[in-house]
Amino acid sequence: MSVAPPSQQQTRIPFYRDTRIIAVLLQIFFLIAVVGFIWFLYSNMMAGLRRSNLLPNYSFLSQPASFPISESPIPYDPGRTYGYAFVVGVLNTLRVAVIGIVLSTILGIIIGVSRLSSNWMLRSVATAYVELVRNIPLLLQLFFWLIMSQEFPRIQDAISVADLFYLHNRGVTLPWFGVGSSFAVWQIWIAVGLVAGLILYIVRRIQFVRRDRPGVALPWALLLAVSIVLVGFFVSGITSGNWPLILDVPVLQRFNFLGGVTITTNFTALLMGLVIYTAVFIGEIVRSGIQAVNKGQREAARALGLTPGQTLRLVIFPQALRIMIPPMTSQYLNLTKNSSLAVAIGFPDLFAVAGTTLNQTGQTVPVMLIVMLAYLSVSLVTSLLMNWYNKRIQLVER
Amino acid sequence: MTTDSARARPTKPTVVLWDWLRQNLFNTWYNAIISVVIAFLLYQLLSNLLGWLLTTQGWIAVLTNIRLLFVGRYPPDQVWRVEVVVALIALLTGLSGGVWKGIVRNLATGFGLILFVLSLIAFTFPNDGFNPMIAAPIFLLGSSALLALGIWGGSRIAERLRIPLIISWVLLYPIGILIIRGGVGLPVVETNLWGGLLLTLILSSSGIILSFPLGVLLALGRRSDLPIVKGFCIAYIELIRGIPLVTVLFMAQLMLPLFLPDQVRIDSVVRAMVAVTLFSAAYLAENVRGGLQSLPRGQAEAARALGLNSVQTTLLITLPQALRAIIPVLVGQFISLFKDTSLVVIVGLIDLLGIARTIYSQAEWKDFTGGVWRETLFVVAVIYWIFSFTMSRTSKKIEEKMSVGYR
Repeated sequence: MSVAPPSQQQTRIPFYRDTRIIAVLLQIFFLIAVVGFIWFLYSNMMAGLRRSNLLPNYSFLSQPASFPISESPIPYDPGRTYGYAFVVGVLNTLRVAVIGIVLSTILGIIIGVSRLSSNWMLRSVATAYVELVRNIPLLLQLFFWLIMSQEFPRIQDAISVADLFYLHNRGVTLPWFGVGSSFAVWQIWIAVGLVAGLILYIVRRIQFVRRDRPGVALPWALLLAVSIVLVGFFVSGITSGNWPLILDVPVLQRFNFLGGVTITTNFTALLMGLVIYTAVFIGEIVRSGIQAVNKGQREAARALGLTPGQTLRLVIFPQALRIMIPPMTSQYLNLTKNSSLAVAIGFPDLFAVAGTTLNQTGQTVPVMLIVMLAYLSVSLVTSLLMNWYNKRIQLVER
Repeated sequence: MTTDSARARPTKPTVVLWDWLRQNLFNTWYNAIISVVIAFLLYQLLSNLLGWLLTTQGWIAVLTNIRLLFVGRYPPDQVWRVEVVVALIALLTGLSGGVWKGIVRNLATGFGLILFVLSLIAFTFPNDGFNPMIAAPIFLLGSSALLALGIWGGSRIAERLRIPLIISWVLLYPIGILIIRGGVGLPVVETNLWGGLLLTLILSSSGIILSFPLGVLLALGRRSDLPIVKGFCIAYIELIRGIPLVTVLFMAQLMLPLFLPDQVRIDSVVRAMVAVTLFSAAYLAENVRGGLQSLPRGQAEAARALGLNSVQTTLLITLPQALRAIIPVLVGQFISLFKDTSLVVIVGLIDLLGIARTIYSQAEWKDFTGGVWRETLFVVAVIYWIFSFTMSRTSKKIEEKMSVGYR
């Protein structure tokens, strides 16, 4: 067996076998292919649009929308522009998303803890709920809730609860607060209360660090702030003779309610569907998060003399939270994206407004771009916030 | 050794009902309250539900529309083609159950039992008027028999069947679509006639099968060192994952016809398929990437040390292992896709959920007090539930089995 002698002169690698050059060439080919493909699609599209005389044009945004929106957190009428209608849509989407996230987190934690309960009945019911809800499409559930809530009596025969709340087929009417004449004075009290609470919170935190032992800061700060605001409410009410906030009780007229606020059926159905569906997934995250905490942690905490409540609050939950945050983020994003199903049950969210705009103006490309950008930025902001929170609670490795 | 330890295992304590109740329902005062309240609510709920299930007359709406529910507006005289495909799937499932045993066999048995029970139910209905699918009971019974035969035959000649079976599973999708759509010798059934459960199943399986190559490429691209390829893949994945499926479906309906040259016309089912595929590819890519990341570095390094180039390393070493590791995740993705295809209702397609809506808004059920929406939605929900629940249980089983294998 002969061993080949080492080559005397340095052989140059041919360029077609040099990985660096291959990498550059590959990317150039890839770029050409992608750009070519996109250009092909784009030119087809522009040709088609030119023929049907619908070239992308953003001027429609400042034209009057001339379609009604059934509910809006800001004043809206058909005379407003399309751009303004989009803002209404975004606000409606955000309203559903924020309320939905809060409620589904609460329900999800209840479900997750119930699934770990020592009570067999509670555990089984929670499991049955999870298995039932997560295997049925959300849209079907939304249809169910919508039709269900429309089964309530007409507005004239609304079911009244203590003459304050009314249930009817257009929604729920409940009392709301109106602004009284002494509201301006009370605002000052609110500001003072908030500042005092904040100062107390910071002082307590500094104390903890100095004494190097844990304690409770937030509840005391909140208590101080709330009590200042409450005292302010009564003081400003009594001194000026009328209250800063007045309870606006709905009164049934011939065809609708005077006063109070009405939460529409579509909104309620959408919110219920989203919360009930998302809570299942959040419940599973909570359950697996708690289960993932090492058993020794609980035992050690109990051995140190912490009560079961303290163990859960100070030892188990902070550790479970670290595991739970990333999947929780994606559930929050899912809920926000799923809120676009509103279009199927008649709630005017961003997507529904976009659909109407599309039908009226025929401006496919701009409308779709706006919708995509809106959802992308909502997703981006949510995940940035959650990532920031995630980073804050992660273990600081030394 | 092993027999000794097995013998030493303590006997299971006998549980007396009263002890069990005390330990599991009434161990503390608040648990006792919770138990009683839940028991009361549960009794109310279940008794009402059962009462409604047994007394309501609305089932007739579902029964008269049973064909619509399963195949939509697919021409009645061509329904046998769908039945052929189902029978084919039954045979393949049976054979696979026989060959691979374990979980696959359980699945096959379950599928066969469902077919058998359905055939019994179908036999009890009078054939005229009620049941437009005339051959349905015979077809269902035949399929379940075929499946049983498959299990029996598969277990006998397991060794020789393995490779042909894998090939036939791969070919099943194109052949199935070909039979259902027609074209070669068979009259063409346009995709806009597809509906009901048929459409739901086709859309979701297309979504997962067609998105597979794209998803794997995107995952590989995202992990590559080439900045342009990587950037493109990240942009695509994050863009799609940031927007709702409804938006993608809508865009496909409106913009695909614009993107394509004039002479190419595609109808709305194909557009929905494209949308579902593009959407699913982004999620699949992330799952595949997770699988690739879970592999120890040593695998790729060893392959390179053995002299495999990077393409060989990916195709022969890392990708197969990554795909094997993510099978449960893929089943999970299929479940959510299966449920999410119901969103095509919003763009006007009539899948299983769309059919439900069609049925309960038919004029002939106007006289029913309260309408028939409860019954229709109930049946459709049960169908969705059975499919998703079976799949999620299966994926859990696979996961348990795999984690045992790794230990």
